[in-house]
Amino acid sequence: MSSAAAGAHRPHGEPAAEVPDPASDSGYPDPPDRVGFFTDTSVCIGCKACEVACKEWNALPADGFSLSGMSYDNTEALGASTWRHVAFVERQVPAAPADGAVDPGGRPLLGLTPVVPGGEADAGAGTDAGAGPAGSEIRWLMSSDVCKHCTHAACLDVCPTGALFRTEFGTVVVQDDICNGCGYCVPACPYGVIEQRPDDGRAFKCTMCYDRLGAGMEPACAKACPTESIQFGPLDELRAGAARRLDALHEAGVSEARLYGHDPEDGVGGDGAFFLLLDEPEVYGLPPDPRVPTRDLPRMWRHAAAAGLALLGAVGASAATAARRKGSA
Amino acid sequence: MVERADFESYYGRPIVKAPAWEATDIAGYFFLGGLAGAGSVLAAALQAGGAHRTAAALKVTSVGSVGLATAALIHDLGVPSRFTHMLRVVKPTSPMSVGSWLLAVYGPVAGAAAASAVTGRAPRAGAVATGGAAVLGPAVATYTAVLASDTAVPAWHGAHRELPYLFAGSALAAASGAALLLGPSAETGVARATAVLGALGETAADHAARRRLGPVAATLREGRAGGLMRSARVLTATGAALALLSGRSRAAGVGAGVALLAGSVCTRFGVFAAGIASARDPVHTVGPQRARLAADGASAAPD
Ligand code: SF4
Repeated sequence: MSSAAAGAHRPHGEPAAEVPDPASDSGYPDPPDRVGFFTDTSVCIGCKACEVACKEWNALPADGFSLSGMSYDNTEALGASTWRHVAFVERQVPAAPADGAVDPGGRPLLGLTPVVPGGEADAGAGTDAGAGPAGSEIRWLMSSDVCKHCTHAACLDVCPTGALFRTEFGTVVVQDDICNGCGYCVPACPYGVIEQRPDDGRAFKCTMCYDRLGAGMEPACAKACPTESIQFGPLDELRAGAARRLDALHEAGVSEARLYGHDPEDGVGGDGAFFLLLDEPEVYGLPPDPRVPTRDLPRMWRHAAAAGLALLGAVGASAATAARRKGSA
Repeated sequence: MVERADFESYYGRPIVKAPAWEATDIAGYFFLGGLAGAGSVLAAALQAGGAHRTAAALKVTSVGSVGLATAALIHDLGVPSRFTHMLRVVKPTSPMSVGSWLLAVYGPVAGAAAASAVTGRAPRAGAVATGGAAVLGPAVATYTAVLASDTAVPAWHGAHRELPYLFAGSALAAASGAALLLGPSAETGVARATAVLGALGETAADHAARRRLGPVAATLREGRAGGLMRSARVLTATGAALALLSGRSRAAGVGAGVALLAGSVCTRFGVFAAGIASARDPVHTVGPQRARLAADGASAAPD
């Protein structure tokens, strides 16, 4: 792990500042609470129940049976037909220090009980680890990735048709009958989430089970998660619970625990789906400091206007010079 | 900047997704839009200076280019009938929406200018259309730079300040090339000057972009993009030099025109390829973000 913690310049784990309200900003007069996911990767066991539940509920096409060859992760990435992806990181790390909480098998202990809002924290340490070469051990990290349902969502900003829209719950959803397959959202997403299906060209991604939310149910992945690694609920409650969980882990000596995507001050205005990670974000395939590209759009238009004027000026000056020469000839 | 040795990733997999756009459709579209837009500006200037034959040739080039460009865009959608969804809403936050509306206005105006120039009918309306196309032309030529940079693609977004100038220079060089190629040699004075200015502008913006991109600029030097960018440089420089020295030689003018047009094609395909390469390698996503965090951390430190 590199020494600089992901958010060294930003205090992590402090009670969340005010949760941005993108639904109201989008014009919903009296929206319900903004909901989201808190994915606590410290209790993820990599069972992929979330991936399966997501596929089943949303009737997503199969991905085939190819093996990635890189790890137990054969799903590899989020995509048009993969709206939950369990990352599986296996790496050699220095052995846990002797004063850490270690079980007789030499493994650091991690309590598996997530903090329920208002409940008691029961934290320990606990990546599942086996023995590696002397002085080091193999550590497994598992994390169920998903669309972040950004407060400032690039995919939604750049969509030229209005197919991507903000729901009353503050989530971001594609209307597949409006999407025209332009594919602009794909490179716009700073997390590489949304993707076009090659066979029909339209873009697809996690809807946070918009249909289930409308019926007062929780999303399929959260429902299926056996360890409550995936928690669903009002975002402010999730943030408070995450802050408590982080404190508990830090007290238990899991200093590498950090929150990701919880900060409304970050480059996307905070995520509707945020995480507790046990290593740097890029280790899980997450960008360390994502920014919504449209943040710089006014500046881009200014430069485009200046470049356009320069073009006019260059042609005007050339024409004027030529006219003067002709006149004096 | 983060060196590859300290850089971590998830099994080397990309973090951001490269666009699934076909290079021929979208880089081709960038080129054609530039040729059309800058061509309209040049046509208006030439017409004002009495170079009517070259002006008419450029007007026809513009309407042909914008037609082809639109066809390329529609082709990239897969299902052509879906194109109409593009004009469902007006979204200032989406450069593609802004561009679609721009094309929807510019196309007919450029078409009217060309029709009048070719048929000799309605000269008044033709002059108005010529002026209108010249006003919209710079936007058509440069908005594509905004379209590319308003993404998480490291080589495009990282150069979002420089890309519009690069595209404008490349567009002007291409339109000047078309004028040198298609116009009679007696009418080449203005185009020879704009060819040189366009090439200079493009070269300066390219240098500035590479400086800004730092390590990500490697994507403009290596692989397919590197080859294209080097070809672009040689072709554009050759074209500009020929334009400068050609005088009234028809052969030199044609050579300059072909080199400038080919140079502009290579620039657009090169920038496109660099963007794809930068999205595919996570080091280009992580590196600049880590550098930014380190810089923020340093400036936020109390002492
Ligand atoms: S993570 Fe990507 S796809 Fe999801 S809301 Fe944000 S920008 Fe859109």
